[in-house]
Amino acid sequence: MELLRFFTAGNVDDGKSTLIGRLLYDSNSISTDIIETLTKQSKTTGGNTDIDLALLTDGLRAEREQGITIDVAYKYFSTAKRKFIIADTPGHIQYTRNMFTGASNADLAIILVDARNGITDQTKRHSIISSILNIPHVLVCVNKMDLVNYSEATFNQIVADYKEFAKPLNLKDISFIPASALAGDNVVTKSEKLNWHKGPALLEFLETVNITDQNENEASRFQVQYVIRPQTEDHHDYRGYAGKVLSGSYKKGDKVLVLPSNIETVIEKIEKDQREIELAEISEPIIIHLKDDVDISRGSTIVPINSLPKTEKELNATLCWMDNAAFIPGQKLLLQQNSYRTKAVVKEVVSKIDIHTFDQLESDGSMKLNDICKVFIKTAEPLSFDSYKRNRNSGAFILINENTNNTVAAGTID
Amino acid sequence: MKNKLDYLDQLENEAIYILREVAGQFEKPALLFSGGKDSICLVHLALKAFRPGKFPFPLVHVDTGHNFPEALKYRDDLVTELGEKLIVRKVEDTIKEKKLVDAKGKFPSRNGLQTYTLLDVIEEFEFDACIGGARRDEEKARAKERIFSVRDEFGQWDPKKQRPELWNIYNGKINKGENVRIFPISNWTELDVWNYIKREKIELPSIYFTHERECILTENGQLMNTNEFVQIESSDVVVTKKVRYRTVGDMTCTAAVESEAYTIDDIISELKEAKISERGATRMDDRVSEAAMEDRKKGGYF
Repeated sequence: MELLRFFTAGNVDDGKSTLIGRLLYDSNSISTDIIETLTKQSKTTGGNTDIDLALLTDGLRAEREQGITIDVAYKYFSTAKRKFIIADTPGHIQYTRNMFTGASNADLAIILVDARNGITDQTKRHSIISSILNIPHVLVCVNKMDLVNYSEATFNQIVADYKEFAKPLNLKDISFIPASALAGDNVVTKSEKLNWHKGPALLEFLETVNITDQNENEASRFQVQYVIRPQTEDHHDYRGYAGKVLSGSYKKGDKVLVLPSNIETVIEKIEKDQREIELAEISEPIIIHLKDDVDISRGSTIVPINSLPKTEKELNATLCWMDNAAFIPGQKLLLQQNSYRTKAVVKEVVSKIDIHTFDQLESDGSMKLNDICKVFIKTAEPLSFDSYKRNRNSGAFILINENTNNTVAAGTID
Repeated sequence: MKNKLDYLDQLENEAIYILREVAGQFEKPALLFSGGKDSICLVHLALKAFRPGKFPFPLVHVDTGHNFPEALKYRDDLVTELGEKLIVRKVEDTIKEKKLVDAKGKFPSRNGLQTYTLLDVIEEFEFDACIGGARRDEEKARAKERIFSVRDEFGQWDPKKQRPELWNIYNGKINKGENVRIFPISNWTELDVWNYIKREKIELPSIYFTHERECILTENGQLMNTNEFVQIESSDVVVTKKVRYRTVGDMTCTAAVESEAYTIDDIISELKEAKISERGATRMDDRVSEAAMEDRKKGGYF
């Protein structure tokens, strides 16, 4: 069975929580005691349906009181065909940071549009973030079709508007589904009222969207997480490099380069779960043994000699600033890319991206919470990376404030 | 290029990756081990992550004194077999030392009290990271917690100050006095855990499988094990039923469920039919209020 990770974006008014609640409820993923609790809560908050489905995802008490989703909540359900992990993220402008977080691991984005309002600033914002994070699939779900009399013309207009707006975004794969989460139309089952729409209902779409070919063009990348040296009698000279295959594949006998030390060697042996294996593929946790005794430690990258990443101390990236405290020019930061860390400085804020138009605006050098900016970064030690567009695994990083230790920004390398 | 990996492989790979990040990022990590199925899975994953090396952390058990004897025996056998280090600290001792008031009532739960012992053991050994088997599907507050969850000196979780957690990049940097709770199986559901136990042929304490047991049938229909800590009154309905446990918590506050499940396959089919959530079915403590878990976590519970 396959696993699909998707995220939903939209605000309370778009019925996002209701949509997820509907998916969980209609696919029989909710247990009776939770439904009982919800029924009680729905009465106390004065919901107008029997069960307020939104309450399924609005987890924390503060949110229940305010009626907004303040953080990323993860929800799980499965059907006979797939297991799903939903990252449910709030849609408000001040929560761009959370959306970035929820979207970073997703295979698919569901962008909700209220059929009455069409494309809004929020739709644009979510689409632009999906573009920056290079989400493989985008589904535009036109919700609340019941409130526009299930009008095909309204839906078609929204589709046309969206396509026009999305042209410069280079989204990889866009689909559209009309639905009503509240009424249950086209969510789990196809609706008669929307029979003019030929495509599948939302759930069937999620069960069938192709997720098998995402990593075909990525070069092989491996980073050392931890060096295993048992130093016992049985394993006296054992020295293995534990990590996971970030992309591509590795096999015994491969000629490889260790970065940043730049030493060429050969893979002598690959182990997984205490067995020797010939071939290790994407995402597998393995232990690599190298033929030569080389300078290698946590964060070192092992790559095939015929497909090298860039290894440099300077990079251009798109940053989402995530800290409440604004960026201070010259601020010393730590850059972390998977298991590799080096000190870094943002040398220049080149431009600021308007998250409603995708235009690059002139920068005044500042970065505040939720700003998305093009930047130029210098690092203390060389970093081995690929462009994020080519490889999501080796082109992403976070910035950590050395003083507070908070994660202050997330970046994708140009 | 082979097809997309099976979901259990993906969950396993993610958990091993997280365990290795703990080993790489922290000076003094620990694995919180309860003898329950989730922490047993963590140990199994740690074997895959670190063998032939030793675990880069000890197992730590906060013993409430209300544990099922089957779970304690399982714990001791496992540690002997693996040759890994086990640290046990008892809630009983904390109560004496700190002159705390022990849990009272018909089914006395030391769930709140174990937080004290946990915080003490963290301080005693200066643990900077504690790995736990909590899952996001268990409860709504947990659904919002990060995989690397930073706690302050008092062990408190502040949902509003959580660090953003992106891609598979985990920021475990902390200031002195802080520590991080780490949840490698955050993304697993109860059913995933059972499917994994089946696939990996992991042995479990016997109380997960059906057996005859004397229980008190409570007013809200829960089956509570009779034992030395529970006061049986003449008005109690005491029944002997074929039951099993879905979670292994304290004997005093974990309810049994009626079951005919002799094997893991039986358990999996029962779960697929089950209409009640894991915590709802078995934990008296979470029924106290809707925000019970949120409050306990803010107070340092894991």
